[in-house]
Amino acid sequence: MAELWEGYALPTIIIVAQIMAIVGPLLIAVAYLTLAERKVIGAMQLRKGPNVVGPFGLLQPFADAVKLMMKETIMPSGANRIVFIMAPMLTFILSLVAWAVIPFGEGLVVSDINVGILYLFAISSLGVYGVIMAGWASNSKYPFIGALRSAAQMVSYEVSMGLVIITVLMCVGSLNLSDIVMAQKGDYGLLNWYAFPLLPMFVIFFISILAETNRSPFDLPEGESEIVAGFMVEYSSMSFALFFLGEYANMILMSAMAAILFMGGWLPPFDIAPFNWIPGPIWFSLKIAFVLFCFLWVRATFPRFRYDQLMRLGWKVFLPFTLFWVLLTAGVLVGFDLLPAAH
Amino acid sequence: MIIQALVFYVFAAVTIAAGLMVITARNPVHSVLFLILAFFNAAGLFVLMGAEFLAMILVVVYVGAVAVLFLFVVMMLDINVEKARQGFKKYLFIGGAIGLVLLVELVLILSSVVSTDVSVVASVPIPAIDDVHNTRALGQVLYTKYVYLFEASGMILLVAMIGAIVLTLRKREGVRRQVIADQVNRSREEAVEIKKVSSGSGI
Repeated sequence: MAELWEGYALPTIIIVAQIMAIVGPLLIAVAYLTLAERKVIGAMQLRKGPNVVGPFGLLQPFADAVKLMMKETIMPSGANRIVFIMAPMLTFILSLVAWAVIPFGEGLVVSDINVGILYLFAISSLGVYGVIMAGWASNSKYPFIGALRSAAQMVSYEVSMGLVIITVLMCVGSLNLSDIVMAQKGDYGLLNWYAFPLLPMFVIFFISILAETNRSPFDLPEGESEIVAGFMVEYSSMSFALFFLGEYANMILMSAMAAILFMGGWLPPFDIAPFNWIPGPIWFSLKIAFVLFCFLWVRATFPRFRYDQLMRLGWKVFLPFTLFWVLLTAGVLVGFDLLPAAH
Repeated sequence: MIIQALVFYVFAAVTIAAGLMVITARNPVHSVLFLILAFFNAAGLFVLMGAEFLAMILVVVYVGAVAVLFLFVVMMLDINVEKARQGFKKYLFIGGAIGLVLLVELVLILSSVVSTDVSVVASVPIPAIDDVHNTRALGQVLYTKYVYLFEASGMILLVAMIGAIVLTLRKREGVRRQVIADQVNRSREEAVEIKKVSSGSGI
């Protein structure tokens, strides 16, 4: 009995508790990201944004959630029922499972696996299935066009994202996310983060995650002026809400990935007195918040790309450039004998 | 260990069930979705074997890219299932023969009737799993002993890619393509002309 308790029951309880400790704050973060988006874009357009529900509109996300839950779920008569219902669930689940490998601080990670970055990349490349299944199962024109656009777009930008990740991995010498963060620790604090030595890669990575999460200016899969709401046209109520939650959770996930790969994860910008008093998870959250702000900033600033321009940027600009940069980085690492030691 | 065995049987059973559904599902899109499920469970089996790198690569490459494009194509095609099933009897023999050959090959390898030459295996020392985790071990073997085979497979893929591009590339008449370099290189002189207009007379 004792063996059963210590071998199976206790670890299960601990893992469930860890999952709760991540998913709870994550969902609240998603709720407030929607509010932050409306507030930030409001401020950039000289409006107030939501300010009626609660102080400064702070209860607005909950009002929205209640409204969505009260709505009727509509199932189109021509839809493929099972796939139609599975698609939003898949999107939402995929946006949550990836958090298992994200290190929030030194040792603060649910599953510290060797191939953490590959796991993240694999999960983010699965995100396209939610969209493509929704578009097909709706059995309707606009969702289908949206799904096709999304499939081509996400596959295209994954290529350059993969090459960017390879560049970082060559500098680190490990696929483990904690190792990637620790490799950015050095005497120069902030200047050791890969955002500086690999600045062009950071820019390309940021643009690629905009495309990967279907965010403006690459929000063609749901471009409302052309195809109404793309793959989400036929969805209502909670199934729509799950897509919405999934999209925002994915944005936070991608920002976390950017923070880990390029901005030193949980490390403080300078390893001196006032900065290293603040615990790692808070630095990590601040960096995520910074990247998310850039997401919103871009949305308020740029018009939507045309589809052929999007493809041109992905295949004719990013792919050759990232390939060149991978070779350059490899050359510099070998030529100046900077290759990381074997772990 | 019990948990591990249970997980193994769950993954294995789902893989086989999904594999069967791939060939029996009426709707081709469902077939592809079941294929993806099978890939996913195969990745799970790899993880159980401690080959986490292979598992992740399986998901990234097959599920994340190949199957997406496959699904893309199947969704666009209007496949008539009844028509596709008409030649079932005609192809049953060939299909069965290919299946049998594959089965025999697998059995021969797994039962080591065809024993691998020990000296060949010994000439490629695989580092112990305790020293080096399998990602590094794979890299060490792939880029040293098997580098020519590796490069050759890369070459084959490159040729296939070029072939696909050559087959589908066609120059259409009357398409106005955007040349961004031309747009950026336009100077003020050739784009705008400033005229002094005296009021009341027009140009």
